[in-house]
Amino acid sequence: MAAGVAAWLPFARAAAIGWMPVANLPMPVAPTEKNKRQDELIILNVSGRRFQTWRTTLDRYPDTLLGSSEKEFFFNEETREYFFDRDPDVFRSILNFYRTGKLHYPRYECISAYDEELAFFGIIPEIISDCCYEEYKDRKRENAERLMDDMEDNKDSKLPNMTFRETMWRAFENPHTSTMALVFYYVTGFFIAVSVITNVVETVPCGSTPNQKDMPCGERYTVAFFCMDTACVMIFTVEYLMRLFAAPSRYRFMRSVMSIIDVVAILPYYIGLVMTNNEDVSGAFVTLRVFRVFRIFKFSRHSQGLRILGYTLKSCASELGFLLFSLTMAIIIFATVMFYAEKGSTSSKFTSIPASFWYTIVTMTTLGYGDMVPKTIAGKIFGSICSLSGVLVIALPVPVIVSNFSRIYHQNQRADKRRAQKKARLARMRISKTGSSNAFLRSKRNGLLNEALELTGSMEEEQQLNKTTSLIESQHHHLLHCLEKTTNHEFVDEQLYEQSYLESALQSYPSRSPSLSSQDGLTGTCCSRRSKKSNHLPNASAPASTHPHSLQELSAIHIQCGDQPPLSTSRSSLNMMPDEPGRLNCKSGQITTAIISIPTPPANSPEGDGHPPPSPAVQPGTGSGSNVVKVSAL
Amino acid sequence: MNLEGLEMIAVLVVVVLFVKVLEQFGLLEASYDDSVEDELELSAVRHRPEGLEKLEAQTRFSRKELQILYRGFKNECPSGVVNEDTFKDIYSQFFPQGDASTYAHFLFNAFDTDHNGSVSFEDFVMGLSILLRGSVQEKLNWAFNLYDINKDGYITKEEMLDIMKAIYDMMGKCTYPILKEETPRQHVDMFFQKMDKNKDGVVTIDEFIDCCQNDENIMRSMQLFENVI
Repeated sequence: MAAGVAAWLPFARAAAIGWMPVANLPMPVAPTEKNKRQDELIILNVSGRRFQTWRTTLDRYPDTLLGSSEKEFFFNEETREYFFDRDPDVFRSILNFYRTGKLHYPRYECISAYDEELAFFGIIPEIISDCCYEEYKDRKRENAERLMDDMEDNKDSKLPNMTFRETMWRAFENPHTSTMALVFYYVTGFFIAVSVITNVVETVPCGSTPNQKDMPCGERYTVAFFCMDTACVMIFTVEYLMRLFAAPSRYRFMRSVMSIIDVVAILPYYIGLVMTNNEDVSGAFVTLRVFRVFRIFKFSRHSQGLRILGYTLKSCASELGFLLFSLTMAIIIFATVMFYAEKGSTSSKFTSIPASFWYTIVTMTTLGYGDMVPKTIAGKIFGSICSLSGVLVIALPVPVIVSNFSRIYHQNQRADKRRAQKKARLARMRISKTGSSNAFLRSKRNGLLNEALELTGSMEEEQQLNKTTSLIESQHHHLLHCLEKTTNHEFVDEQLYEQSYLESALQSYPSRSPSLSSQDGLTGTCCSRRSKKSNHLPNASAPASTHPHSLQELSAIHIQCGDQPPLSTSRSSLNMMPDEPGRLNCKSGQITTAIISIPTPPANSPEGDGHPPPSPAVQPGTGSGSNVVKVSAL
Repeated sequence: MNLEGLEMIAVLVVVVLFVKVLEQFGLLEASYDDSVEDELELSAVRHRPEGLEKLEAQTRFSRKELQILYRGFKNECPSGVVNEDTFKDIYSQFFPQGDASTYAHFLFNAFDTDHNGSVSFEDFVMGLSILLRGSVQEKLNWAFNLYDINKDGYITKEEMLDIMKAIYDMMGKCTYPILKEETPRQHVDMFFQKMDKNKDGVVTIDEFIDCCQNDENIMRSMQLFENVI
């Protein structure tokens, strides 16, 4: 049951009186408190510090250590207190969880110590309340990354069997792995620098020849520069081809940004080679040389910082776009105003609105070249407004953008992470919620087995049964039971619901042969599920059930650990010896035993049940979920 | 002179900017009114119940029982009152399979006898006193009050249908047999057949109490929760 509201259970039960006049069926008997004890203070001694609380406070969360009978292991007879040899500071938060229903994470605690304490006391960290949950997850992530960083240092070690291709790729990606890679890395870096410097120096006039005009060095030492260029391009081409060969996914490599930059860097040279003879396109050829400057971007392979900058610009694109848009708006407005203001003045430089764009941009960015200046009064007034607003429009958003993108960048990462965490978190909480409804279905069976036991008069098993459900749980289940009676419908789990949905359209099985003899003894189970559903309507007309029932006994019990829910029992199980007294806490694996019991003739049962009778013992678990394994255990 | 217009506009713009700056400095009053009344809403509602003796006299609980009840109540609602959303939350925790909010709404109205939108500890304890320690007549009275949504003394078919739908909503989807659309309506028809003696389409308090007292099942189930506390 959902914890923390156990105090309201009496209220919910009392309010159930509201259903009574509406119900048509008699209500089940309420569980009695056999030993109704007064609420007592219990002492929890945690490493010497004594905490005291009511017993019912701890009982609120029966699936934790303190709320269940597991704490009896820690009971100290002489001192009549529960002794835990754990950290008392963390225990404070844990005990507060029982008191208030909220689990808080103290910031000064180490995350792994806190995790350990939670695990010891059987509390899942997902219940940490929202005020502390983000901090907890952040610390946990940091810790995990730290551990991962320690592990990653071993990652660069060479794997035993790597092909030559993989070795080469690894050498390209992590240059510090081998000496050859390092050498290659520095050589390419050097040649990139050489190539860029060559391009720059090419245009410098070195005029120490007795020519009339100064030539740029490129035209003077054409051969030398050409050789330099060729050498660089050859190195780049070889590097590109080697990377292409070594890449694990060539198609993906060719689409990556770095490879495009590589191609753009070396292509002009080849195009230039092809087109040297043609005079018409020599203009275009000159333009192509501009693209040689893209070689400088090859440095980003050598510099982590450049890569980060490129990435952040990309992620900040929308902010930059908005800045550009608002700038454009302001420019157009002010250019128009200036144009019309200066229209009257003679020899005005503001010949058209586009011509005023230049003035507006220069003024708004506070450059103020002074090549275009307003002369009229109105023009000056608007010009000054323009420059003032330029400061606002341009200078203010830029730092905002800078801080924005760092914030947004981190936030995006955190939001995605939080979304992913949230899903997992809610899924786990949902699982524990269905655990409570499964608990009801489970104990319904046990409850009827209880009555069966009372009929057959076996006392010890009854006590065994009683031990496993606390009073609060039995009261809660009684409440749900009453609701079932009121509405004349039963709670079932998802799978059975779908099953019955399908089967209500299918034919029923033919009645099975009489099953073999005696049932086996008591097998410990964790959650049991019968292979056929059973109907819980004692006197009511069985609704639309098309299954004839010849035998009501179950032929196989599929026992599954985990979250497979149990079936509800039928009254016909009165005739059967109980076989699942307790509940194990197995969390893994699935055990199935088949217990064949003597079928009783339908006349014995007081009510008509509709069961789809499956064949005995060898039913391959159709529709009962794909993870049910049947094992015959006779 | 044909620039006069523009010059005037320029001067106008300057004046407007000046006014805005003055407003910023508070020298000119802004024309719109800010609402300062939000601050009043933030004051937390705190409620202290009447004394233990008074409650002991008004209800049929013993002192000890009242102590236990109050401790639980105050733990869940430190402010001393339950509002409807908290109430719905708490009640929904008992019925994880379905949607208990509609029924919780009706329950809330039944407990909130003074209709002030919140259930205080007195309301809570009075309601419980009737339900757990009251006579059968009182319990039936309470149930009638719950069904009579608009508290006019008659239960109509629509009111009953609302209540029934709310109850069936608590069952959720996964039931056996499968819940159909007309199940609540059929149930309501059955109920009216039983209760509405003079077939006038409404059930009055007398018809209700009469009919319930003649029904063994209902009588027996009324005694079911005697030992809840």
